[in-house]
Amino acid sequence: MDWTAFSLSLKLAFWTCVLILPVAVVLARALAWGRFAGKSLVEAVVMLPLVLPPTVLGFYLLSAFSPASGFGAFLKWVFGVPLVFSFPGILVASIIINLPFAVQPIQRAFEAIPRNVREAAFVSGLSRMATTRYVELPLAWPGIVSAIALVVAHTLGEFGVILMIGGSIPGETRVLSISIYDRVQAFRSEDAAIMSAALLAFSLVAIALVHVLARVRR
Amino acid sequence: MVREPASLSVALSQAGPIALDVDIACGPSELLALVGPSGAGKTTVLRAVAGLHRPAAGRIVAGPDVWFDGAFGIMVPPQARAVGLVFQDYALFPHLSALDNVRLAMRHVAEPERTAVAASLLVRLHLDGLEARKPDQLSGGQRQRVALARALARDPKALLLDEPFSAVDRMTREPLKEELAGLRRSLAIPIILVTHDLEEAQALADRICVIDRGRTLQTGTPEDVRLRPVSALVARLTGQTNLFAGEVERVSAGGQPGRIRWGGRCLDVADTGKMRTGARVTWLVASDYVVLVDPANEGEANVVHGRLTDVTRLGERTALSLRVDADGDAPLRFTMATRDARNHGFEVGRPLNVRLLPEGIHLMPSVR
Repeated sequence: MDWTAFSLSLKLAFWTCVLILPVAVVLARALAWGRFAGKSLVEAVVMLPLVLPPTVLGFYLLSAFSPASGFGAFLKWVFGVPLVFSFPGILVASIIINLPFAVQPIQRAFEAIPRNVREAAFVSGLSRMATTRYVELPLAWPGIVSAIALVVAHTLGEFGVILMIGGSIPGETRVLSISIYDRVQAFRSEDAAIMSAALLAFSLVAIALVHVLARVRR
Repeated sequence: MVREPASLSVALSQAGPIALDVDIACGPSELLALVGPSGAGKTTVLRAVAGLHRPAAGRIVAGPDVWFDGAFGIMVPPQARAVGLVFQDYALFPHLSALDNVRLAMRHVAEPERTAVAASLLVRLHLDGLEARKPDQLSGGQRQRVALARALARDPKALLLDEPFSAVDRMTREPLKEELAGLRRSLAIPIILVTHDLEEAQALADRICVIDRGRTLQTGTPEDVRLRPVSALVARLTGQTNLFAGEVERVSAGGQPGRIRWGGRCLDVADTGKMRTGARVTWLVASDYVVLVDPANEGEANVVHGRLTDVTRLGERTALSLRVDADGDAPLRFTMATRDARNHGFEVGRPLNVRLLPEGIHLMPSVR
């Protein structure tokens, strides 16, 4: 069992969730109720990772993150390390590829809130911020929980894009799925079987847990 | 906090999306019913008062506060209007208990006092014991009362009720109406009730405002609107059925009744209003001004002969339709106690004489 890879996968899933949720909530809310130019384009871009082959997405991200490109150099300046073959790099890639999984359920949850319930909050004296805090977010909670479950499961299972951006550096970019791949390549099927079973069990428990949490909260 | 009672005045105009040409005023402690068919713009008026809809032009003033003024670009947001609005389907916060629904609307009250004040409001609306229930654990009538408590929790300067009884069954509706009638006596604020149910408006309102296609057509006491509609349209919108075409033969003057010609007969009219002799009119007689006459008094003025074409028992009351002799107009409709109708042996086809009381006949400009 490659515990380093296992803990790296958990670390990646945790930080992906932490960083993606505020972005996803803002985006989902805007897409659910906002009326702005280019809304369809934003929606399409957010959904793009769902349909693009991971290798295509990985290739574009690799090109963009490469310090040889102007944008990549800028990112290196911002993050302090180059985004290729580093943990920050696979984290940014993970956030991008997980956007549809985070945005979709939250957007549906916001859309399901009746307009007059939000208006009732305004008429009850609640500011827009207070309405979001006390009415919208609690009502969108099941959608947020679904998003967490999907993002965690998807991050633990992500392979193609991470391999393209991060390669397989132990302790830095070699997550569990890549470690499993490496073991299979090296004909160490027993290791691969144990790690696959661990990943399967953990994903199952994680998803079950968030669903229980969603029910408790409601 | 003691506040001077204040009135509410609303003048709105816009071309679309729903055309509006509305001018209403509601005094402190007054209940004004906005009555009209579906799509007349009643709810849009309420939404504009609450700050949820921005009309193209107009002015909304609550006491000293200007909430909206199209000319000066003033649009106070709903959060700053102190208005209580009961939505048609109540729009309670589904994730919160009855108590928290009310508490959330009390952010102007200091936190430690909120629970006590909210609980006392629930008690006032007979919801004690139900504080912890969520909306889906409450009956329709209870939800309506929570919505009312939440609307009052803001200590509003005006209370707006959008079809508050439409989502509850008839059995629940009557006690709720009585409660509202009782509650409003203790409220020194203007109340606007939107309804398409004229009976509801007649029972609860101090004044009725008839609205159609976004225009206010008539505002007056329930009695005024019922007996003296300004037009045949208002009469129809308020459910009047006894509308007929006639011609003024003589105008009323100096206590002398006027007279109209209706088909081949003449009818006395207590007050012909501004109608001139010879004018074609649409005239109305409210059903309670149609009375049975003793065959011995057949010679009296305004007695008409006809034949019953419909007798429908509606519980305590019976609705009768009388086709008046040799007249192509629609039948005269009136109601009477079912017991009396049975005692008289009224049935379809039976000839009958009735008298149209001159003081119950009202003339309006002809629509033909």
